[in-house]
Amino acid sequence: MKPGALPPRRRLPGPARLGVYAFLLCAAAFFLLPLYVMLVTSVKPMEEIRLGNLFALPVAVTIEPWAAAWSDACTGVACEGIRGGFWNSVAIVVPSTILPILFGALNGYTLAFWRPRGSTTLFAILMLGAFIPVQVMMFPMVRILAGMGLFSSLPGIVLVHLVFSMPVMTLLFRNYYASIPQELFKAARVDGGGFLRIFVQLMLPMSTPMIIVAAIMQVTGVWNDYILGLVFAGRDNLPMTVQLNNVINTTTGERLYNVNMAATILTSLVPLAVYFVSGRWFVRGIAAGAVKG
Amino acid sequence: MGMKLNAIRRHAVSWTALLPMAAIVIVAYLGTALWTLRISLSSSRTFPKDDFVGLAQYARLFANDRWMLSLENLALYGVLFIGAALVIGFLLAVFIDQKVAGEGVLRTVFLYPYAMSFVATGLAWQWMLNPEAGIQQAVRRMGYPEFRFDWIVDQDMVMYTIVIATVWQSSGLVMALMLAGLRGIDEEIWKAARIDGIPKWRVYVSIVLPMLGPSVATVFMLLATAVVKLFDSVVAMTQGGPGTASEVPTKFIMDHLFGRANIALASAGSIVMLLTVLALVAPILYARSRARRPREAA
Repeated sequence: MKPGALPPRRRLPGPARLGVYAFLLCAAAFFLLPLYVMLVTSVKPMEEIRLGNLFALPVAVTIEPWAAAWSDACTGVACEGIRGGFWNSVAIVVPSTILPILFGALNGYTLAFWRPRGSTTLFAILMLGAFIPVQVMMFPMVRILAGMGLFSSLPGIVLVHLVFSMPVMTLLFRNYYASIPQELFKAARVDGGGFLRIFVQLMLPMSTPMIIVAAIMQVTGVWNDYILGLVFAGRDNLPMTVQLNNVINTTTGERLYNVNMAATILTSLVPLAVYFVSGRWFVRGIAAGAVKG
Repeated sequence: MGMKLNAIRRHAVSWTALLPMAAIVIVAYLGTALWTLRISLSSSRTFPKDDFVGLAQYARLFANDRWMLSLENLALYGVLFIGAALVIGFLLAVFIDQKVAGEGVLRTVFLYPYAMSFVATGLAWQWMLNPEAGIQQAVRRMGYPEFRFDWIVDQDMVMYTIVIATVWQSSGLVMALMLAGLRGIDEEIWKAARIDGIPKWRVYVSIVLPMLGPSVATVFMLLATAVVKLFDSVVAMTQGGPGTASEVPTKFIMDHLFGRANIALASAGSIVMLLTVLALVAPILYARSRARRPREAA
């Protein structure tokens, strides 16, 4: 590649250019390989898997494994598929997205504009709290929730998600509101706006981009959670990730790889859909959440 | 007087709004950490006991082979995972930054694993690495009957399979953050380098990489916290096996909390983890807050 040639005409790619594309294509193949294997395996009959090749395209395509994964794969004791887990996850994700965003926005608004004395210190401790490994908090939280009568219940697991997402949600909204000119807030004060009124009528409507970013983070994060659901959700509310792991790692007898792979893809569908639809917003969420502290 | 009353009311309202956050900080973060610290100094088994045994649980912990093995595994895993994810993520970002066609598609491909749960991707990798059904068998059937790739059932190699799976999942994240950093770099540098005839790779290594310092620090912190948290992937891929060969601290703690009813030992383990995280994170946070302060003052 000769730099400096000004007219950007189409030239034949040089060896360096080919090298760049070769590297990127090899990398893309490596990244896509597991998804490809999961997809083709999930539509093969078991005989084809037993006798065939992991990478081969299916000869006789069947959607039976998908149906089985959804409605009659066995998780330990019951054989009802992972559809129950799907609805459990939905029931957990919806409040675990709305409440953390609401509290995150309220905290961020108070911290950025009202700044009551001592709030900066409180915020600093909250940010440090983001780094405490969940295992440190696990046993006391089980006891506290049990004392409140919320252990192994839907409100319990939602409360746990609220606790663990509060640092990052607060940070997101605080930083967002910090970028809004203070004059706007002061003008609203002069116009007689109170605490709640400024929040609900002025700040929240301005926060749409951050709410979208936060929602993407919460939906994917809560959906993909395993350890909190395992400990706190209780038998009746086990999220899809926990049921998926139960389906696959507790089977006795022949392992139905096609059903397993279909169940794995089904479990990943929601976060993948969020990712593909949201595109750059997803990356923005990662970047915003990454600047902890 | 009226002014003062107003100020008090103002404070009262905003503090009321912060009450849930204050409660969570004090009870859920500080309170639980102190509680766990207290349990780690007792002889509790299934239920918390009020006695005080000093650091006996910590002594037992570090005399426990399974714990020591889990620390060793985590150290090996941490070095390899962070190193590989940083290098691969950086390379992907640099190559994508060469004004290639199909950039959007490539970015999507490299980042999609990060959108999936570690359980799902762990199960997919478990299936591909399974010697009876996965890659090993596929290559053998292609006409190489001697081919061996059975790391996931090999005690000495199993940690590497977890490295492979998690690097595959996380390097897209590194790529995305590094690419954002690269896009923030002044175009003038490239013009200057071109005029001076400096080869591109040298510019990347000697000029661009140091300029990406803050991005690298952010990525490092993200990856390091992911290392300490490593749990889901291990449970999904190996369940700590074969034997205890892929045991990690989080799994040790969870097993002792819920399976083996030894909450004092588990609490000692989690306090050790907490101290490790603080030791890793504190210098970075400190450096950052120092770097930020002069700018804020200005």
